[in-house]
Amino acid sequence: MKLLRKQLSAWSWEALLVVLLLLTIVLGNSLSPYFLTPFNFSLMVEGFVEIAIMSLSMTLIIIAGEIDLSVASVLGLASVMMGITWNAGIPLWLDIIIALAVGSLAGLVNGLLVTRLGLPSLVVTLGTLALYRGLAFVILGSQAVSNFPSAYTNFGIGDVPGTLIPWTFVLFVLLALLFIVVLHRSWIGRQIYAIGNNKEAARFAGIRVDQVKLLLFVLSGLLSALAGIVLTARISSARADNALGFELFVVTVVLLGGINIFGGRGSLVGVILALFVIGGLRNALGLINVSGDIQNIVIGTLLVFSVLGPNIAQRIQSALSRRRLAAGSAKNV
Amino acid sequence: MKKLFQTLGAGFWVFVLLLLAACGGGTSTGTGGTPSSGSNLNIVFLPKAINNPYFDTAASGGKKAANELNGSFKQVGPSTASASEQVTWINNLTTQHVSAIVVSANDPNALAPALKQAMAQGIKVVSYDSDVAPDARTVFVNQANSEDIGRVEVQILGKQLNYTGQVAILSAASTATNQNTWIGFMKDELSKPQYKNMQLVKIDYGNDDDQTSFNDTLSLLQAYPNLKGIISPTTVGIAAAARAIESVNKGGKVALTGLGTPNQMRKYVKDGTVQQFALWDPGKLGYLAYYAASALIQGKITGKQGETFSAGTLGTYTIGANGVVLLGPPTVFDKTNIDQFNF
Repeated sequence: MKLLRKQLSAWSWEALLVVLLLLTIVLGNSLSPYFLTPFNFSLMVEGFVEIAIMSLSMTLIIIAGEIDLSVASVLGLASVMMGITWNAGIPLWLDIIIALAVGSLAGLVNGLLVTRLGLPSLVVTLGTLALYRGLAFVILGSQAVSNFPSAYTNFGIGDVPGTLIPWTFVLFVLLALLFIVVLHRSWIGRQIYAIGNNKEAARFAGIRVDQVKLLLFVLSGLLSALAGIVLTARISSARADNALGFELFVVTVVLLGGINIFGGRGSLVGVILALFVIGGLRNALGLINVSGDIQNIVIGTLLVFSVLGPNIAQRIQSALSRRRLAAGSAKNV
Repeated sequence: MKKLFQTLGAGFWVFVLLLLAACGGGTSTGTGGTPSSGSNLNIVFLPKAINNPYFDTAASGGKKAANELNGSFKQVGPSTASASEQVTWINNLTTQHVSAIVVSANDPNALAPALKQAMAQGIKVVSYDSDVAPDARTVFVNQANSEDIGRVEVQILGKQLNYTGQVAILSAASTATNQNTWIGFMKDELSKPQYKNMQLVKIDYGNDDDQTSFNDTLSLLQAYPNLKGIISPTTVGIAAAARAIESVNKGGKVALTGLGTPNQMRKYVKDGTVQQFALWDPGKLGYLAYYAASALIQGKITGKQGETFSAGTLGTYTIGANGVVLLGPPTVFDKTNIDQFNF
């Protein structure tokens, strides 16, 4: 019984998310008859894959007690790199490698500024959010490159033959499985949690804190670039303004997924559930033609709720356990 | 592996089940949803961004047409002008099986795959204001006939100057395609005999930058003391030039015209710095786009060159090459009509 209760409290946020997800499905289905169609689900995940990919690395960074706000700008920069390298006549596979390298480099710069100079990641990546986006606009301006080969653009909008499962979603599922294993089943994952829980203690325990963090920022840059390659394929256009403002969705998904903003707690399962909650909600609102502004209000509210919710829950829990402790000690007398 | 799933708990299974439930059913790309019947005018406008006075004016034109035709009008769109957000909206509308999407594209090619998918589901696609790739729509309602726009600006200025004096052009970037086409027609208009006493002394490029255009106007006024008129075929340039002319008290002495929006030019028209300027009326653009979409839905047109359709109070329109429908000559704004417009 005790074990069950412990298990329940550990999964309480995920349980809440399952309820939220069911509510979203019920709501979506009552709002629009098209919500629960396979065709709609296919389009919905296709349109959400970039955010989903970036949420994976963002989860790791926030668990480690940092944040990367520059993800969407790195995505835009990588998209621009795809465009100019393809325009320069460089073969596509090399364009992809260059875009991934530029994304990693952008992440490395973030990581070096945070770990070597000891600057807060919130400020550093807010700066590079503007910097990388600005760079993307300087390189490509307001033009677009869109003469990509169809093999590449088909990857962006095509489905696995015989199904409605987008190829890009398959890519995400593979990445998600990899991240789940690394975060929850490997020593690297344990080190990330340790750093987020107590940086100093982690350092004394022999964890090379700065190196792990640097690696996470590079990983974030790499995955953002990958998301950029996916988005460029999906809309068959390399543009400097691609994914403008997506960092809001990524951070919201991760925090709603139960990742503690101060680091050290949360699981990828929660984040994946949150992806479907937010993706489904946005899709349902879109299907009844709720304008972008109202959608932003909903997303913003969810963001505040996801920071506020655990905080309140924790206070209630600690108040309850204090009372239980007091009752227990009274009995012992 | 078993241990892994156990640790990950119920959430993972819910996720897997949902995935199977949602994806398992579909084996083809169609949903089998019933396409709307011909008389059902469920037409949705998708502008570059919502809450933009220009597109709101176009939407009011669309609404007016919807009332006349007894159809439904909706406007949806992203809060910032983004191509990828527009793709999400197109997908939303495709899923709903609306009867037509009327779109102003943030990027002609980025929207094409999604629009083609919509067309494959039987949805009619009309572009307005800013075209998409021609194979991703049936009709483009074009607001701007380059020839009309170029000529009308010279005609306005000529009338104001009594067809005599030195004139200059303050353009956008020297590489701007639209502006260069219009300037070509301006030069052609100026070569007509009635303009023989008007000399084009300088074409200046303000790069669509307010400060540059402002400074360039001041330099023009200094370099050519006898300058009688300026044409600025860009909304940034004309506003900066009006401010510059006013700052050196040359209002009324140097005539200014070009392309501007009523909201930015209202002050200068009222204080006499600018007598007349031109632009298309976005309200009429939206009105015509709605009529074009309804004609497509009702099968009156298919987008072929030479087909005609009626557009209410605007009269009858003919589809030109590549499915382009021209709105007509630009609207000229002056003291008497400027307060009827808000964009």
